[in-house]
Amino acid sequence: MLNRLTHNLDKSNKTLAPNRVTPISTKNLSYKTNGQTLLTNLNIEIPTATKTIIMGANGAGKSLLLRILHGLIPPSNGSISWNGVPINPAIQAVQAMVFQRPVLLRRSAIKNIAFVLKHLQKSERLGKAESILEAAKLSHIANTPARLLSGGEQQRLAIARAMANEPKILFLDEPTASLDPASTQIIEKMIETAFNSGTKVILITHDIGQARRLADDIIFLNQGRLCEATPADSFFKKPKSAAAQAYLKGELFLVDPVENHEISPKI
Amino acid sequence: MNDSESILTIATHLILSGDQDLLEIILLSLQVSLSATVIGCIIGLPLGAALAVIKFPGRSFVTSLLNTFMGLPPVVVGLIIYLMLSRQGPLGTFGLLYTPQAMIIAQTCLIAPLIAALSRQVTADLFSEYKELFSSLRLNVWQQIGTLIFEGRYSLTTSALAGFGRAIAEVGAVMIVGGNIDHVTRVMTTTIALETSKGNLALALALGLILIMLAFTVNALVSIISSSARKRAYA
Repeated sequence: MLNRLTHNLDKSNKTLAPNRVTPISTKNLSYKTNGQTLLTNLNIEIPTATKTIIMGANGAGKSLLLRILHGLIPPSNGSISWNGVPINPAIQAVQAMVFQRPVLLRRSAIKNIAFVLKHLQKSERLGKAESILEAAKLSHIANTPARLLSGGEQQRLAIARAMANEPKILFLDEPTASLDPASTQIIEKMIETAFNSGTKVILITHDIGQARRLADDIIFLNQGRLCEATPADSFFKKPKSAAAQAYLKGELFLVDPVENHEISPKI
Repeated sequence: MNDSESILTIATHLILSGDQDLLEIILLSLQVSLSATVIGCIIGLPLGAALAVIKFPGRSFVTSLLNTFMGLPPVVVGLIIYLMLSRQGPLGTFGLLYTPQAMIIAQTCLIAPLIAALSRQVTADLFSEYKELFSSLRLNVWQQIGTLIFEGRYSLTTSALAGFGRAIAEVGAVMIVGGNIDHVTRVMTTTIALETSKGNLALALALGLILIMLAFTVNALVSIISSSARKRAYA
């Protein structure tokens, strides 16, 4: 089954920078571990000029898919390609990822940024890091140990660090999962800024409001299977699969916590 | 009781008077043990971090071996180094037997596995936290090892301290390979053993007190560094 996201990208094209990368596609992508199939034959084409949101209930395989797309975990079967070219280190080098819990080094905020600027001379790194922090409105915490920052500031720093090398694709795994509305808003602005500067955004969220605000297109997974890969408007207005309909109504559970049997609507 | 008090008085006097022989012994002890600690760290820290990062068949066997080596009997190590450095041994041509260098080699062999095992523990914990970030940043193995050692620098100081503690307190190996030669290879522990056997308890006790003070000072320093690092969330 080949699901294509073929919607009109006029809106996004208005803000496109010239260095857009080409589409990401997966072919029969599966992941199995310990006899369990966690992702089953995913065939997805993800356009590059959009903000793609991956949604689904807990355990649907969203984070796993994101990690496989980013090259952190090799798939058991199938392939990933970027405009027809199989994923390779050169392609992976232009990607960055932000994790749900910001993973920061045990050093100051500015040195966390400088750490990823390995391509620059040592003397240039701190200056560049300073300008990145300034752009992210984080100059005031430049010399603060990163692990002493608030949750929101840590995540902003993690995004600033991920964007330091101007990646062509930015993966974000529930970046606002445990943040307050104000921090969430700031981070959403950072994501918009990253997107407007020419970075493809692929983000996981459980926050339907956030998905509505950010998404150009949606990939919806249920139990490791692809239910929908569709423009955001049509997903929210008229989800095709029963699982997506139930999820949007807040009714989708993977497993009944009491009876421990599957109660999810079939795709 | 009076004997004990007089021994303590003599010991204190020896320490405070700045006795040249005593000073020489202390300096040689520090020189040998600090050198062994530095070399032990150069070998042990990356080795431990490499074991935490690199997956290879037999990794758990190597880890078990390393843990076993933590408890190597010093006299056995001394004997093996002695056999290697003696004139008939494979390293006999270097003429290192009964020199401070031989003592450094012996102490390094004793503490490198200890430092490596502790380093593996610290860096393995850190690696589980940073693994995905490192993969995402496409760091190679050497960059990962270097970063883990830097990130664990405060915890690893404790590993180095443990190595130093074992080295400075060690007597069996340095006695065998150093020979306890006056003004050449005589260190605190070998002097304590010698003076005790001669019944010169004052000097032995003075050296014992200095050993304890050294251990305390190093511990206090590390504790201050670690606590300051923890307060600044760097540990």
